[in-house]
Amino acid sequence: MAARRKSAKSNTSGDELLQYYRDMLLIRRFEEKAGQLYGMGLIGGFCHLYIGQEAVVVGLEAAADEGDKRVTSYRDHGHMLACGMDPKGVMAELTGREGGYSLGKGGSMHMFSKERHFYGGHGIVGAQVPIGAGLAFADKYLGNDRVTFTYFGDGAANQGQVYETYNMAMLWALPVIFVIENNKYAMGTSVQRATKSPSLWERGASFGIPGEEVDGMDVLAVKAAGEKAVAHCRAGKGPYILEVMTYRYRGHSMSDPAKYRTREEVQKIREERDAIEHVRDLLLTGKHATEDELKAIDKEIKGIVNDSADFARESPEPSLDELWTHVYAAEVPQEA
Amino acid sequence: MATEILMPALSPTMEEGTLAKWLVKEGDEITAGQIIAEIETDKATMEFEAVDEGTLGKILIDEGTEGVKVNTPIAVLVEEGEDADAAAASAREADKADAGNEEAPEPEQAERAAEAPAAARDKYRPPEPDRKPDWPEGTTTRSQTVREALRDAMAEEMRRADNVFVMGEEVAEYQGAYKITQGLLDEFGARRVIDTPITEHGFAGIGVGAAFGGLRPIVEFMTFNFAMQAIDQIINSAAKTLYMSGGQMGCPIVFRGPNGAAARVAAQHSQCYAAWYGHIPGLKVVMPYTAADAKGLLKSAIRDPNPVIFLENEILYGRSFEVPELDDFTVPIGKARIARKGDDLTIVTFGIGMTYALEAAEKLAEDGIEAEVIDLRTIRPMDTDAILASVRKTNRLITVEEGFPQSSVGNYITSVVMEQAFDWLDAPVINLCGKDVPMPYAANLEKLALVTTAEVVEAARKVTYK
Repeated sequence: MAARRKSAKSNTSGDELLQYYRDMLLIRRFEEKAGQLYGMGLIGGFCHLYIGQEAVVVGLEAAADEGDKRVTSYRDHGHMLACGMDPKGVMAELTGREGGYSLGKGGSMHMFSKERHFYGGHGIVGAQVPIGAGLAFADKYLGNDRVTFTYFGDGAANQGQVYETYNMAMLWALPVIFVIENNKYAMGTSVQRATKSPSLWERGASFGIPGEEVDGMDVLAVKAAGEKAVAHCRAGKGPYILEVMTYRYRGHSMSDPAKYRTREEVQKIREERDAIEHVRDLLLTGKHATEDELKAIDKEIKGIVNDSADFARESPEPSLDELWTHVYAAEVPQEA
Repeated sequence: MATEILMPALSPTMEEGTLAKWLVKEGDEITAGQIIAEIETDKATMEFEAVDEGTLGKILIDEGTEGVKVNTPIAVLVEEGEDADAAAASAREADKADAGNEEAPEPEQAERAAEAPAAARDKYRPPEPDRKPDWPEGTTTRSQTVREALRDAMAEEMRRADNVFVMGEEVAEYQGAYKITQGLLDEFGARRVIDTPITEHGFAGIGVGAAFGGLRPIVEFMTFNFAMQAIDQIINSAAKTLYMSGGQMGCPIVFRGPNGAAARVAAQHSQCYAAWYGHIPGLKVVMPYTAADAKGLLKSAIRDPNPVIFLENEILYGRSFEVPELDDFTVPIGKARIARKGDDLTIVTFGIGMTYALEAAEKLAEDGIEAEVIDLRTIRPMDTDAILASVRKTNRLITVEEGFPQSSVGNYITSVVMEQAFDWLDAPVINLCGKDVPMPYAANLEKLALVTTAEVVEAARKVTYK
């Protein structure tokens, strides 16, 4: 499920749709499993699930090329799976085991993969935004044509450092795509209670940064917007903002009773706007797949997720020596 | 096969809860994601969703039951044609067999955990610094200001590696607010010497991202007082990422600029941050006094794979010291320097504190008291071996710094000496610090707020009982 070269065809093929279906389903099943393991006490602390928002990362990864970078907040499991990280390593990090991406020392909010160009997993709301621009700064400095996808939520969009970053990103024409995942709630505070701005992407106009609103429940719309943003960045025109309208079905974290919205509101979106159901419909009505074929995919995904959960339970806890490792590096762990 | 539904933990601290309400009944078809029950924790009532699909075969815990422990089976899901009771029994058996693997650490392991730190910590201690002199005997030296030495260090490292660049406010066209980056724009151009807007939080974060992306940023803060705006990026992003990534990714970056009191700039512009940054695992913290150390340590800092806080001092920028004329002169981070030898007491200090320590040592010598002065140079990792060796010789210790007294660098040194050289001490350790007040503006009060040479002399007499 790694970032792939985008198809030359303008029409989305059945194969592509099947791939998006598979990728989104993997995230959803993985997150449901994570929620279950959390309930069993196997995952501790904070655990922020991505259920409902799957089309955002899957659509944008479809617009990415090999070598492009991504950085996000603590709601990061979906991003890691979508960029091709191993579900076993992610789940084992959630359970705090040796087989996790950070050897069990980072947890749900702090994972990285140099190999997949995933730069975290950041627990401080908004802190990943200048970091994303910094990654783009490095690419521009080094003269390659990579772009960085910098994801943050509608809540982070009110942090001052976002605007400090917009200013410099435009000033220096950095190849960074700011992806605002607007899921309508910053923890328990709705967007309407946090700002009078009619839209978040339009704030970029103060800095001269173009952008647009995107339907985040439609993976094809996300992909198309992503391709446009990528082309803008690769052409050296500087940053681009995508405000992707999405929705999280679950609470802010596992311990959120979500009393700030009604069950009906959630149910309505699940029934009418679900991103996975949308692709499922396209596959069936377009006769790209049969019910049985989709069932087989469901089963296969369930197998992958169950394997990751088994691995995450069986992988041992880190050795006690690990308490003291990786405080200081003896040499630089990343390539120049 | 039957699947047990277990009482979930719905918060980081939940151990038990009330099964407030079942939203489904026995015999219902359950789909994944369906809300099946309401559970009360100590904080809130939460909805509980099914993860697996199947038929709700049997409810094991009735609604209204209080104090249900996390992981207690509360219901059983069965597949078509399965008997609910039999399934419940077999699921419980399977669960028991499983349980052994998922217990919390056994007591034996917990005990080992308590013992482990000491042994394992020693294993991962930074290697002992070599005790050779900083430069070979007979090397020619020339007089240079701290300002010039810092500039030369950056220029040499930028010549050495293309991925080293410097960014900050007024570093390029203005040639540096304190002229530390003078001439760098001319030599290296605007790609590598970058003026930023006044936006510390933002450019510190961009620096961190650039370091993640393979560059070696030198981020200049016009003064470290302004770095307070950026401290989250320094601590949470730069210092912790290597650890949080299990060693996959680090942050090779230098944050540098003047620190501590300057002259008559009052409370918001006069503060020493050595103790603040010295508190943080993952950071290296350097605070040179001489021009040679400024040069040699800055070159080492730029090459270091870790985030380095490089604390300079405005008052010292214009002072001249002898700097060795070597092609590639570096000073290792983590190595203290014995600036003056003596047998009667040890004075440990760093940065501008050296001024007071050396002046006091001269005065004390007139009265026949010989102080050994240790210039720490690096606050973290600290060369405590050098301090301990000296204290075991002199049996008396005072520390000198300009920072505030509570939780000072001197306090830490004192605790190390108490733990490791208590029996060698012949007098209580004295920590001399700045006064416990925000820096006043009035000239007479400012003088009073800083540590003075007279105070060092007085403390030295106290610990030597002379």
